[in-house]
Amino acid sequence: MAQFINTLFNGISLSSIILLTSLGLAITFGLMKVINMAHGEFVMIGAYMTYVMQQIFVKFFPENIRDIYYFAAIPFAFLVTFLMGSLLERFIIRRLYGREIDSLLATWGISLILQQAARNIFGAQGVNVTAPSFLNGGITIGGCTFSYNRLFIIFMVALCLFIVWAIMYRSNFGKQMRAVMQNRTMAQCMGINSRKVDNITFSIGSGLAGIAGCSIALLGSIDSTVGQSYIVNSFMAVVLGGVGKLLGTVIGSAIIGSASIFTENYTSSTIAKAIVLLIVIIFLQRRPQGLFVIKSRSLDE
Amino acid sequence: MKKHSVSLEYSQINNLFGNGAAERFLNQNVCGFIISQGDMFPDKNGGFIMKKLNLKKLAAIAAAAAMTVSFAGCGGSSGSGEAAANGSSESAGEDTVKVGLLHSLTGSMAISEKSVSDAEKLAIDEINAAGGVLGKQIVYVEEDGASEPSTFATKAEKLIDSEKVATVFGCWTSSSRKAVKPIFEEYGSLLWYPVQYEGMESSPNIVYTGAAPNQQIVPAIDYLIDQGYKKFFLLGSDYVFPRTANMIINAQVANAGLEVVGEEYADMDQTDFAAIIAKIEAAQPDVIINTLNGTGNVSFFKQMSEKNYTSSDYMTMSFSIAEEEVAAIGASILKGHMVSWNYYQTTAGEKNEAFVAAYKAKYGENRVTSDPAEAAYDAVYLWKAACEKAGSFEAADVISAIEAGGITFDAPEGTVVLNGENHHLVKPVRIGQVGDDGLINEIYATDPVEPDPYLSTYDWAVAAGIQPLE
Repeated sequence: MAQFINTLFNGISLSSIILLTSLGLAITFGLMKVINMAHGEFVMIGAYMTYVMQQIFVKFFPENIRDIYYFAAIPFAFLVTFLMGSLLERFIIRRLYGREIDSLLATWGISLILQQAARNIFGAQGVNVTAPSFLNGGITIGGCTFSYNRLFIIFMVALCLFIVWAIMYRSNFGKQMRAVMQNRTMAQCMGINSRKVDNITFSIGSGLAGIAGCSIALLGSIDSTVGQSYIVNSFMAVVLGGVGKLLGTVIGSAIIGSASIFTENYTSSTIAKAIVLLIVIIFLQRRPQGLFVIKSRSLDE
Repeated sequence: MKKHSVSLEYSQINNLFGNGAAERFLNQNVCGFIISQGDMFPDKNGGFIMKKLNLKKLAAIAAAAAMTVSFAGCGGSSGSGEAAANGSSESAGEDTVKVGLLHSLTGSMAISEKSVSDAEKLAIDEINAAGGVLGKQIVYVEEDGASEPSTFATKAEKLIDSEKVATVFGCWTSSSRKAVKPIFEEYGSLLWYPVQYEGMESSPNIVYTGAAPNQQIVPAIDYLIDQGYKKFFLLGSDYVFPRTANMIINAQVANAGLEVVGEEYADMDQTDFAAIIAKIEAAQPDVIINTLNGTGNVSFFKQMSEKNYTSSDYMTMSFSIAEEEVAAIGASILKGHMVSWNYYQTTAGEKNEAFVAAYKAKYGENRVTSDPAEAAYDAVYLWKAACEKAGSFEAADVISAIEAGGITFDAPEGTVVLNGENHHLVKPVRIGQVGDDGLINEIYATDPVEPDPYLSTYDWAVAAGIQPLE
């Protein structure tokens, strides 16, 4: 029983990490239909920003308040990736709307540039973030250890999810955003500045990647390729859940995360990866549009 | 072709085979679809009006893209691979001799190989300052292997064939060494390989200055058995070194009548170790034998520590964690864990004090020396000794001098002797424990051990019939 709960917790924890990295993607890819291969690099930038913030605190602040660096790092990482996303949209993505293969190639190029830039700035050697002391260790209940790190990440995901939901479905901007994504011409006719909406939407998606970077910094080392190890699962989660649906991304992440952990428990990590990929392929064969489909009257959907 | 041709074909297929046929076709050929799209760049007519996209098509493209990345990710990253730095002079003149340095300056292995090539340059500088080899100053040509075995092979050929270097110091991973081995054998040239490895190899054209398995792995397991550890868990990255090492350890543990309670391999870029840690918890081993390499070590140890596990809960014995890696992972996490090497920065002796001081003076006070760096430093001095014994820089003469035996060097780890038969070094084995300061302290040491790359003097290894993995 304890082992089952442990496995379940590991599954939820991995799902939450995948969800956090997919949330931004659910917006840029799911809503805007931009295949942003550089999304993983925004995650990487977010992770490096956490490191930068830690270094700043170590240098300039007394020891007793050093732990709060992490709370400064989250908005800082969001802000940096938000601005970079905005620039990327303004100068590159905007020219490539509706040309998904081109945007795929262009953003892949961007991702290579960002990786090399990270190597030049921070060195090829991975850097390390020390988790704030209150996130060290875990709580043990009846033979299961729940680490504070992972509980914190689950909490962060819930918070981000709530904020994204509130923006999308409960704010005026969210209404404009959905209007532009669903019927651009009509939205423009109603006086919505669609360029501005595009830009902010893409920036929010990128900023969420930055927050994801903050949390993965707690789990391992940060190097220039750290985003690459998360991006595959994220794309799969969004595609599996159904492009364009927030709930789909949540369930897609949950399926991939728990399937990975459960299969890895009985096989090896390499085989688990292959099995999860196989599940996704078979699923998309049967249901190419993903779990959830947006009901629409337009003919080509 | 223009981009619209795709959607044309799309509707044509649908007309011919009924609705949905194109989608099914597309999904079955997602990878091929991407490749065939690669050379179809659309003309510049893109406006700002967003076209309604077909969700299914988009999903298929994204899935293909994700898979492409996942496969590309397996190969590791690669850099430009151009000659990075040159020595002080372009060509070998009358009073200079040219050698090649072949390490990864870019890509995933750059983190480790930098310290090795730094140590080689330090040795070259020292030798030059002391008058050179056979009266000639050493000039080096450095090439970048870019963490890619095929690049190593091309660059090795370039160094030997066009640069006409006297010898090459290079490689780190077993796959890069295996890629350049046939080239050195074909040209009759000589490679100095500075890293501990899985053994099962002995090329006449390579000198192995790192440990053979019986100088690192086997004594470490013997030590653990002596200390009363009974249940072993083998954890490694999924490539040739950990798999061969674990083959050896399995045979050795079985021979001692003890038990391997689990064997797990993680992908090189794996970031989540929760499932592996759960398996370790279920298996309840006394000690984890860790052959993870690269960033996997950081994730694994961080995630062990977030479950409150320290070395008193699960002791580990690592074969790929040296001083550099301790610095990257964090001493607080690794404190008390064991490692096995032939040399540590803390190894006692005047030669080592001088080496550490020179290394820090040249590269910075915060740099640490490690076993591979020391082995690389030794390699340059051993080459000098071999050239002086042969009285020549010709690879064939140097190899004959090596095979005649008796080449030694007072290395930082102690006096090492080059075994002429199998081209490995006689060296002592040291078991170390990570201390609070991030340095590794010796807790047990052996007398110098004769190298035995094929483990042919160990009955259990012969009986198990361990074969090299190619």
